[in-house]
Amino acid sequence: MSAITPDTLSADTGPGGGSPLHAPVDLKTPRSLKERLIERLFGAFAMVSILTAAGIVIVLFGESVAFFQQVSFGQFFGDTQWTPLFSEPHFGIWPLITGTLLTTLIAISVALPLGLFAAIYLSEFASPRVRKVAKPSLELLAGIPTVVYGYFALSFVTPAIQSFIPGVSGANALAAGLVMGLMITPIIASLSEDAIYAVPRSLREGASALGGTKVRTIFRVVLPAAASGITASVILGLSRAIGETMIVAIAAGMEPNLTLDPREPVQTMTAFIVQVSLGDTPAGSLGFQTIFAVGLMLFLTTLVFNVISFRLRARLNRGGHA
Amino acid sequence: MTTPTSKRPNYGAPLLILPSGRAGETALKLTGMLAIILPLSLLAILIGTTFIQGAERLSADFLTDLPSRRASAAGIGPALAGTGMLMVLTAAIALPLGIGAALWLEEYARPSRFTGFVELIISTLAGVPSIVYALLALEVFVRTLGMGRSILAGAATLALLVLPMIIMASREALRTVPHGLREASYGLGGDRWITLRTIVLPLALPGILTGVILALARAIGETAPLITIGALTYVAFVPDSLSSAFTALPIQIFNWVSRPSADFHVTAAAAIVVLLTVMLVMNGLAIWLRSRLQTRIEG
Repeated sequence: MSAITPDTLSADTGPGGGSPLHAPVDLKTPRSLKERLIERLFGAFAMVSILTAAGIVIVLFGESVAFFQQVSFGQFFGDTQWTPLFSEPHFGIWPLITGTLLTTLIAISVALPLGLFAAIYLSEFASPRVRKVAKPSLELLAGIPTVVYGYFALSFVTPAIQSFIPGVSGANALAAGLVMGLMITPIIASLSEDAIYAVPRSLREGASALGGTKVRTIFRVVLPAAASGITASVILGLSRAIGETMIVAIAAGMEPNLTLDPREPVQTMTAFIVQVSLGDTPAGSLGFQTIFAVGLMLFLTTLVFNVISFRLRARLNRGGHA
Repeated sequence: MTTPTSKRPNYGAPLLILPSGRAGETALKLTGMLAIILPLSLLAILIGTTFIQGAERLSADFLTDLPSRRASAAGIGPALAGTGMLMVLTAAIALPLGIGAALWLEEYARPSRFTGFVELIISTLAGVPSIVYALLALEVFVRTLGMGRSILAGAATLALLVLPMIIMASREALRTVPHGLREASYGLGGDRWITLRTIVLPLALPGILTGVILALARAIGETAPLITIGALTYVAFVPDSLSSAFTALPIQIFNWVSRPSADFHVTAAAAIVVLLTVMLVMNGLAIWLRSRLQTRIEG
């Protein structure tokens, strides 16, 4: 007999427990053919996710291997020009990396203060009624389609910036980054709030008992105790910003540009993939393989960030800071 | 000099500039409120301006007209139809796969290292950027399986994209069904499948559907994966088969937004209004379903 679980217990209530139509079933190992087939079918459905993950890895690595047989790592990481579709191509990835870095950093410098202070307010000050309204409202920001955010950045934010700062071009990293910051604010707010909320009450009470004011308690006790959860939220926000595509494709321009000047147009890794997809680069050509090499970089970067964020949060859930 | 205690990071630094009495508390509270109100009002202003801008183009004709070279005559007929068909197809693919996978993980498989691995993969997939899914789809669906740049390839791509969300929401919903109900069914002689079909699934259905609708609402806004698999940006017809070329609302919006002419930006604004309205309706539906679920469990 297999291990006793709540399921098997109910089925093994002794002789005569089962109905004449259906023999008592050991519910973890279905006996009838129908049951076994259904289990197999659902098991196969669950394997679709494994296949998807394996497919992503195989496709990205496969095409990237073909790419790197023609372009050396030296050309990829040593050159500072990115012109893979020109007749005299250069494959220096750095302009795409700085473009991605720039928009991501702008986004996080908007989203971190907004998200963190929103989280502090929600967990330390807001009444349950306010929380109940404010949390889903903030989530709205994450639900707007990115193509719509791209339109906002291009049509409203860029003209607004141009009236403040001279010399900003029509497509620029700043507008795209700012709007992207708006989009990832709820991620940081929500995960940080979870982390802050999880700080044991006794720590707050201890700080108060020692004469700490509320502000002092929050900054010296609560936030340090929630630091790993807040870090996890920021890292996840970074990962989202790196993988975000449409905002930068629309508002940041499509020019690979080795610069950290937010007023200039830049191209991110994601926007490059869109650019190639919009043209008619023949499948199997070097230009076509380029998007997989860039895609691989993107996949690995976001994967590492997601794993770090996940680990930090898992520590939090186990009460690593309690 | 460093002493062992100096290892403590100096988290108190920001306090030097923060008053810590009553005034400080009020300041912190107001800053926090501002951090919520500011982004929300910005969003409201942006959406409001878009509505005002797009209003002049919005009409019944706009919803059915074909795209056009003249911005004022352009409509979203094929895009709206494409989005509708994409949704139905995506749901048709992702729904059975997602619910089946959730049932397997929750009701069939014994927790093991392998199921832990499957769970890890699913949560990892949930964090993969959508454009990476598109590269997979481009290689597998469009080229290897020969689907081409068809509406079926688009739906399959979106289905893979939303699958992790649907699995996670379905598992959540299955867990809310009290264990005693399953036991009662087994006690009456029901086998596993009958129990799932007649007891567990009906009770979990509102929760599952809520998750599915939210996932689909996310999917209809997805633009990058569809562009990457090569969905045409100019389509002047309504797709008539699974292998038909197609366009969708977000692609049409992208197409209009990327034109230099301000006239087309107005048309884009009108299309955005339609897209946001569709999403709003779907989210409203999800909220309504969720409230129905709550009354059922109480009653």
